[in-house]
Amino acid sequence: MIDVLIIGGGIAGIETACSLQDLGYETIIVEKEKTIGGHLNDWDTLFPTHRSASEVLAHYTDETRRRALTIYLNTNVISVKKQDDGSFEVHTSRDVVFRSKTVVLASGYRLFNAEKKEEYGYGIYDNVITSADLEKKLKQLNGEFKTPTDKVPEKIAFIHCVGSRDEKSGNHYCSKLCCVTAVKQAIHMKQLCPNANVFCCYMDLRMYGPGFEEMYREAQEKYHVQFIRGRLSEVGENANGTLQLKVEDTLAARPCKIQVDLLVLMVGMEADKSTELFQQSCGLQCAPNRFVKPKDHHIGSNLTNIDGFFTAGACIGPMSVFDTVNHAKAVAFSVRDYLNATK
Amino acid sequence: MRNFGFTTTKSRTIEYEKIDKRLIGYILENEPSFNACLSCGSCTAICSAGNLTSFNIRKLSLQIRLGDLEKTHEEIDKCMLCGKCLLECPRGINTRNVIMLIKKGLTIFEIKDKA
Amino acid sequence: METYFILPFTLGMIFLFIVLFIKYGLWITKLSHIDKLRIVQSFFTRRTWDAIKESFMEGLVHRNMYKRNPLLGYMHMCFAMGWFLLIVFGHVESYMYYGTLAKAPWYPIFFQYYVHDWFPGERFMANLMDFLLLYILSGVLLAYFKRINSKIFGIKKTTKLKPLDRVALISLWFIFPLRLLAESATAALYGNGGFLTNTVGHFFTWIGVTPTMESALWWAYSLSLGFFFVGLPFSRYMHILTEILFIFLRHYGIKLKKQFNSYSRIQVYSCSRCGVCIDVCQMHVANISNNQSVYILKNIRDQNLTDRKLYNCLLCGRCEQACPVRINLNDLRISQRIRATKEYNSDYAFLQTLPVEPPQVVDKTPEVIYFAGCMTHITPGIKKSVLKVLDKAGVSYQFMDKEKGACCGRPLMLAGQYEAAQKLIAYNREKILDSKAPILLVSCPICYKVFRDDYELGQITIKHHSEYFLELAKQGKISLNKSDKSIVYHDPCELGRGCGVYEPPRDLLRMTGNLQTSQQEKVNSLCCSGSLGDMSLSMADRNVIKGETLKVLLKSNPDVLATACPLCKKTFVKGVDVQVKDIAEIVAEAME
Repeated sequence: MIDVLIIGGGIAGIETACSLQDLGYETIIVEKEKTIGGHLNDWDTLFPTHRSASEVLAHYTDETRRRALTIYLNTNVISVKKQDDGSFEVHTSRDVVFRSKTVVLASGYRLFNAEKKEEYGYGIYDNVITSADLEKKLKQLNGEFKTPTDKVPEKIAFIHCVGSRDEKSGNHYCSKLCCVTAVKQAIHMKQLCPNANVFCCYMDLRMYGPGFEEMYREAQEKYHVQFIRGRLSEVGENANGTLQLKVEDTLAARPCKIQVDLLVLMVGMEADKSTELFQQSCGLQCAPNRFVKPKDHHIGSNLTNIDGFFTAGACIGPMSVFDTVNHAKAVAFSVRDYLNATK
Repeated sequence: MRNFGFTTTKSRTIEYEKIDKRLIGYILENEPSFNACLSCGSCTAICSAGNLTSFNIRKLSLQIRLGDLEKTHEEIDKCMLCGKCLLECPRGINTRNVIMLIKKGLTIFEIKDKA
Repeated sequence: METYFILPFTLGMIFLFIVLFIKYGLWITKLSHIDKLRIVQSFFTRRTWDAIKESFMEGLVHRNMYKRNPLLGYMHMCFAMGWFLLIVFGHVESYMYYGTLAKAPWYPIFFQYYVHDWFPGERFMANLMDFLLLYILSGVLLAYFKRINSKIFGIKKTTKLKPLDRVALISLWFIFPLRLLAESATAALYGNGGFLTNTVGHFFTWIGVTPTMESALWWAYSLSLGFFFVGLPFSRYMHILTEILFIFLRHYGIKLKKQFNSYSRIQVYSCSRCGVCIDVCQMHVANISNNQSVYILKNIRDQNLTDRKLYNCLLCGRCEQACPVRINLNDLRISQRIRATKEYNSDYAFLQTLPVEPPQVVDKTPEVIYFAGCMTHITPGIKKSVLKVLDKAGVSYQFMDKEKGACCGRPLMLAGQYEAAQKLIAYNREKILDSKAPILLVSCPICYKVFRDDYELGQITIKHHSEYFLELAKQGKISLNKSDKSIVYHDPCELGRGCGVYEPPRDLLRMTGNLQTSQQEKVNSLCCSGSLGDMSLSMADRNVIKGETLKVLLKSNPDVLATACPLCKKTFVKGVDVQVKDIAEIVAEAME
């Protein structure tokens, strides 16, 4: 029987495995995709430093190789069952059944499906893309930046809080990372298209982390990004493919119409669908926001209602890369304490 | 009132103790969801009446919160009750009920517009 | 002297007739002049015969109620039909004995008390009357059970009673058991009576029965009848008689008006409080159980209707559809809203000052004037698809509310703002007529309903896009590819129950995919919970109701959940991962 089975090979899963190895435990990682790294594979740069995401990813790929971590790729977890002796039986899409003393859930998050906000026109109008689409576009960028209808954008708008802080999307919570991502992307767009007007339509700006507020200020001072305090309500498409946004500039108390060439929707993070699976197969408790509910918000955020079942990273709520890495490091100690106590 | 031949300028300061809370109190009592407004403005931007007139439901509701009811009647009469704001509000406020309560409240408390 | 016992019955009956005469007289005189003319003109036509037939089927047999809830229908039928036959055959019996029908009513009613002799057919009649009594008593037994435990009737909740209702109810409960006892006592003393009263009579003889006892029982029977007759006009049982009046007026073509009037009142008093509307109401899912139609009608009668109850209703029309008495429950509720809000209707003066748009320069009159509606503007997928289909089919159209449009007026109507709605209707009506287009195409069932009911557009045909696209497909103007995707269709309330459009969307879906049936569909379809009819339902409660509706719709795990209303679409999309599509989008996709 192995010590720890880690579900998810993103940065949370890999970091957990590294830390546990340092503490002397044997782990295996089960990853549903064909590569490790999770969402990090899709990002171009990371806030607040504009550091390349592939640099961070390379660190973890190297570590994986150096430490010879056991990783099962292309493997879906079907169910997790707790045994009478306290161990876990994990069934996967492969024929093998894993048995482990503990499980660490590092399944991360999924992004809000922007098609659900139909009034924003994603999937209907060509020039409406999501923040994730933009990252992919930037990552593959070769030459000049152009909109999906092949135009160098003159006006670009970023819409905050798409699928978060929104009763109509079923997500009441703040996804917390979209604000700073929008600022990062706005700056990036300004760097690529210096002549473009860039707008950010926001309800509140939540620049909570180190360097975030500075980045916001830089966007204003250096890049002249215009921040409009108002939530987008409706998008129309003109005959030439440009988009007409309807938003109220609430500080001026006047409705305003903006014509843009590109509209970027800052999609929020949602609980991954797989958490439902664990709810059913082993009674894992989730919070009303559908993320896994930590046993203790303040001093036990790695623990769940099931003894021996731990969490690392964004499966408990929206998390940045550095929060995820810290959370993953922390889970190693929780696992050690548990294994020592049940020895 | 006697006409002294001059008028005093009304102070722009919001004096919390002096706010006319009748209407807002009535609305909140009957539609508690109105408490949750964060003034995002999506109701105003999407508004069918706002598309035809200067109607600004967000601003109006802010004025009602401050007891500033001088033009409420004239303004609220522009709303067509179409319900677009209801579908857009990120806080799930029952906007159509709020409108009806404003209309009813103005009648109950006999609040008239200032000429 | 001992026949004084007929007094309570006789006085009660006289009182009942006087009250009924005054009540009905007032209601009928208060009907509008045109409605009165309708009665006069239709009186000697087939309509009267139809009304008699329906009165028999509904007032006595309770066919509709029986279809909905057999046990409940049987109970009502026992009382109504049984009692009716008891009276009819009572008179037959009396005629057979006395040879005349011109006898005071107490002779046929208390026949067994007066007549102890044998006459031709006496045995048969006695047994027949006993059989009818037994039939009614089976209903009485059910009624006792219903009060004790309404669950055996499959009813979630039974209605509550007022003091006068209680008087009438208790008298009604006593009438037939007392009749059984009184007749049995007579049978014990004089040996008459049929299989039932004679048998019970034997039991009486065994315990010993005296003429005083017999007299007392007949007194009790007469008293219970008297009490019932006196209580009747002021109790819920008034519905029995009012419903018949309602059936006649309905057959004479009288329609419910927007304003609450005498006919509305007749409808309100026709409610039998059977509780069928409580059962079909989806509000239960959210634990709301004080605002269903039966309670609203009761509040109207008692004049204590609160805004909270009045406005907390989706106006989905499920109760109206289910109502065995066929009361126009939705419009009755709206008429109350009209009454409650009539002091503050807007005049929309700004409509007069809007800049007149320059007339569109077109070569010819458009074939279609398209009104997307407020809701469709927040579902651009629907809007874009409709325009795409029109373009592909080569239909010339004018887009009425492309940039600046006024609301159709239905949301105001639902809120009771009738006068205000008229202003918007007038404004839009002029624009529609000015276009000279022969067809008004709409995408939103909410608009569709008001255009059909309140716009008076003359020769212009009003079509929902599902109806229009089906026509285009049948004419070969668009060709659709069938995919193997499984589709479940949700009937929007305003399009289905509201306008009776059930088949065109289904026909289209059969052409584009694999249409599956759902457990509750067409007239029985559930509301998505997004309705603008409800003013005060919280979003949390709406979500709960929506969740239950989705459970029913998605039972077969379809690939696509189709609907034909932008509001239904917006409501559903919030709760599920399955694709939610409007019929216009499905058609547009199938054209590729």
